[in-house]
This record gives sequence, C-alpha cells and structure tokens, in this order.
Amino acid sequence: MRTIIAIVISENPPRFLAILVLLMSYLLAGCAGRGGGDRGPLAIGDTIENKGSDTIVNLALAWAEAYQTEHTDVRISVTGGGSGTGIAALINGTVDIANASRKIKPEEEAAAIENGIEPIEFIISRDAIAIIVHHDNPIEQLTIDQISAIYSGEFDNWAQVGGEDRPIVRLSRETNSGTHVYFLEQVLRKGNKDDDTLFSTDTLLLPSSEGITAEVRDNPNAIGYDGLGYVTPEVKVVAVGLSPQGPFILPSVETVNSGAYPIARDLYMYTAGEPAGQVAAYLDWILSAEAQEIVLQLGFVPILSP
Amino acid sequence: MRQISWSEFVITRLIRFAGYSSILFVSLIFIFLLREGSPAVIEVPLRALFGLRWYPIEGDNFGVLPLIGGSIVVTLGAALVAIPFGLLTAIYIAEIAPRWAREILKPLVEILGGLPSVLLGFIGILVLGPFLRRALELPTGLTALTGALLLGAIAIPTIVSVAEDALDAVPGTYRDAALALGATRWYTMWRVTLPAARSGVLTAIMLGIGRAIGETMTVMMVTGNAPVFPTSPLALFRPVRTMTATIAAEMGEVANGSVHYHTLFLIGILLFLISLAINLTAASVVFRQQVRAEKVLS
Repeated sequence: MRTIIAIVISENPPRFLAILVLLMSYLLAGCAGRGGGDRGPLAIGDTIENKGSDTIVNLALAWAEAYQTEHTDVRISVTGGGSGTGIAALINGTVDIANASRKIKPEEEAAAIENGIEPIEFIISRDAIAIIVHHDNPIEQLTIDQISAIYSGEFDNWAQVGGEDRPIVRLSRETNSGTHVYFLEQVLRKGNKDDDTLFSTDTLLLPSSEGITAEVRDNPNAIGYDGLGYVTPEVKVVAVGLSPQGPFILPSVETVNSGAYPIARDLYMYTAGEPAGQVAAYLDWILSAEAQEIVLQLGFVPILSP
Repeated sequence: MRQISWSEFVITRLIRFAGYSSILFVSLIFIFLLREGSPAVIEVPLRALFGLRWYPIEGDNFGVLPLIGGSIVVTLGAALVAIPFGLLTAIYIAEIAPRWAREILKPLVEILGGLPSVLLGFIGILVLGPFLRRALELPTGLTALTGALLLGAIAIPTIVSVAEDALDAVPGTYRDAALALGATRWYTMWRVTLPAARSGVLTAIMLGIGRAIGETMTVMMVTGNAPVFPTSPLALFRPVRTMTATIAAEMGEVANGSVHYHTLFLIGILLFLISLAINLTAASVVFRQQVRAEKVLS
C-alpha cells in the first residue's frame, strides 16, 4: 500500500505553489473589497463627482437627475459608500462634492488642509433618525435613556422596557456610517461629550440600511435605527421621548422642523474650496425651493431657510 | 542552428520566469502588506492590540482577537460541514455512481462552485437566517452558524472537484487487486483507494478551507459582524465578525496612513500568515508521507 501512495504523491509538490497563489488571490479579493472605487479627478465643468453618505445617496441621485434634465450640458455622477468615504475622497481630491450625514471631523479637516484643500460646508437638508422594531413587538414608545441603555448593553430583554420576555437584538450601521457616529454621540451618549459609553460588543453591525430593514422586518427581537427616508411600512416606528413622562413624538416633517422630535440632524455637502462654475450653480440650485421640494418627496426634511 | 538555440533560450527563460513568478508575486504582496501593516505594531499599544474590543473609530480599541476568533469559528464550522460532505460526494462520484450519473454530477458540482458569493449572501439573509432563527429559537439568524453553512456550501465544490480528480487518478488495477484479495467494496474504497489518493484529497481539503477563510462577501452579509470574542463552542450560534469582513467593510472609509489603516493591513498580514501556516502544515504532511513511501520503495 505504501508504494501506491508514492506513485500518486510524486507528482504533487509543485502543486502547492499553485495552491498558495490561488489562496492569495482569494485573500486579495477580500482586501480589495470596496477600496478601489474612486475615479481620478475630472475637470470641473465636465462631470460633477458627488460621493459619500449612504443616507444622502438617494436624495443626491434624485437631485442630479432633476438638475440634468434642466441643464443638459452638466453631468453629475453620484456614489455612496458612507460619509467617511466621501470625505476621504474629498481629502484625496477625487470628488468635487462630498456628501456627509455628520459634520467633518477636526482631524479630517486638518488632513484636507494639509493636502491643500479647504472643505466648505453646506447644510442641504435635515433628517430624522427613526427607531424601528418588528410589527409584532408591542413596544410603542421609548425614552432616549431607555434606547441608550439598550444599545450600551445594560438592557438585554424587552421586558426591561415594558415589552415581552424576549432577548433584544441590537442592529446598527457599520462604523463608517455617519448615522452610526451621530447615533453614538446624540443617543447613546445623549449629547454628553465626556461620556465614553460604547455600543455593546454584541451589536450587529450591518453594512447597509436595507440590511437593517430586512432583519427588523423578519425578527421580533430586533431593534434598529435608520434615516426617516429609509423607513418602510413593513417595520414599526417607535415614538421617542426625552423623559418617562413624555411627550413621546413620532418622527415626521412637522415634528422635525418644530424641533419636537429629539433625534434629528442636519445633512451636509462639502466642496473642495469655495465652489465655482458648475459646482456653485448646482449647490445654489440645491438650496432653492424647487430642489427642497424633492427633499420632501423622499421623506427627508427640507431646510427652513429659502 | 544558432537561430533555433536562440528561440529555445527565450522560451526556456519565459517558462522558467512563469514558474518562479508565483514566488515573486507572493513575496511582493507580503512585502507590501508588511510595509503598510507593520507600523500598527508600534502605533497601537500591544495591550490594546491583544484586547477584546474592536471599535476602531475611537480611542485605542484595536483589539484583533475578536476578529481572529470570529474567523476561526466560522472557518471551523465550514470545515465541519464541507469536509465530510465534500469527501463523501467525491467518493460517490468517483467510485460508486454509474458512468452517466457521474457525467451529470461532476459538471453540476462545478457550476455550484461558480455561484457568486453575494448570491449566497442573499439566500443567507432572506432564507437560511430566518429559518435557523425559528428552527433553533435563536435571538437572531445572523450568526456564525449561518456563515459557516454558506461557506461550507462554497467550499464543497472545490473539495469535491479536486478530491474526485485524485480518486479518479488511482489506477484501476489497485481496486481490482484489492477486490481479488477478497476485500469488500467498502474496504477497497476506505483502505485502498482513499489512502492512495491521500495527498490529492488533503490538497482538496486545504483548498476548500482556503476558500472558506478568505471568503468575504457572504460572511459580511450573514454573520452579523458583531466583534465578540468567542469563549465557548456556543459562539457558533452567536453573531461574529471575521477578519475578511472587517477589512472589506472598513478599508473603503479609512484615511490613508492612519492607525486604523495600518491595523487593517496588520489583519491582512495575520490572514496571510494563517493561510501560509495551513499550507505549510499540509505540505509537510504530504512530504513526510513521500519520504516514508520512498524508503519503502528502495
């Protein structure tokens, strides 16, 4: 039987190099992942490169479409990837406009200035973050304190917030999402800068808003958060209150604009330096009443000023 | 005459270069990984690096252990599914199935291997995850188990295809001899054919595991990506975050040259070393067998 083995094995050792190379190609496929999507800088006036927040991407697409039907000489290319991705691209000079659902961080601004780019901020609309659960979950309202305790891992069972005896499954966006950072700062830490509470380690980090909606729709144990524009009727929105006495407010255009709904934020676009030419015209249009009407249609909240 | 030797010279060099190029590429890749990843060892305190918390956007929360643990749990789970299933399928196709069934099964299995992993991820999110949650009464269906089952499905075609080739390459005379000596069909398969094809079968398993550990898209979609360090076998039923999913999810947003960036490359190095270790182990096992077999022959 030994001789049998020898015959088959003898042709084998060279194969291991081939295996190694094969393995490497798998590894590389993993590493390349989402990194390689950036295009080189294009001359301003040809195409406006617009990239960043996944929260804003649908809105930016709708704007780009509407703007291009009126201005046929302008081409606008819109991609998502997350606020961090957009700002990183702005710093590297590969986009004209970066979309962000959070303010630029001081270190990002410093990195941009080091690269000779001064980011200019525009508030382009507002967004509310809705807390969503499964329709079978009897919970109707939660206070910010309760939501914070759920996500920090203090509460593990729905019974602790007045619900059924079920484990809580926490869903969050990935750490590159502006929504994630906003939620951490404004909800988990309740806006307290000295607080260093983190998400519970067993919080599920899902790569997309759709992933969160899909899991909440299916799983009665789940709690998730998403931009108001992404909430579908298949999930239940929870009313949020600042104190246990209430009032508990559901997110809507009215409650966000009146300031009653507590988890709302501004959405931003950043340009590399003072915008000029086509980019300036596009941003002017975005702040116009016509473009803000589109904001409303997509479930976001228009800015109040003109 | 000179003409011929000149072209011969070029051709031999080309072939030799092609032969050595894999070594060149692997070392270039390793040098690149090392250059981008090694600063992390200095920038991140070792205690943080071997900590249990991965939260790279704040402080020193660069603990890679939960990610390594996550990868190990998912890969082991996938191996437990794929190795028995893959080998049995290979044995069936090579040894038992009639000719016509074999001609249908082999290409079918290979088509299965060509399924895009993102598609399996969708099946995981929409079908397998919810099913496992209900069937096993888990808090959520996005767990290491879901990932392991899907990775198993990804690894099986590789294992079946390579292992079947190896079994098929065993000369028919061995089987005939075993049967003539009075061995049963089962005994022939288990004690003659399979050991004869052992190195090929081992290669098949290593390739399959290599596919599983390097797979990214499916695990990112179905394992929940929660960086929890697995402390018991029950971790298989909890969400985990693998090394590959972490690199894929975070590399896109990270600022070039930051601590986070270097740490992600460090994870890449670890991934590289793990698969290198798997390969070296397999190679040494095969090599040892070969030396032993040569001794018997001489």
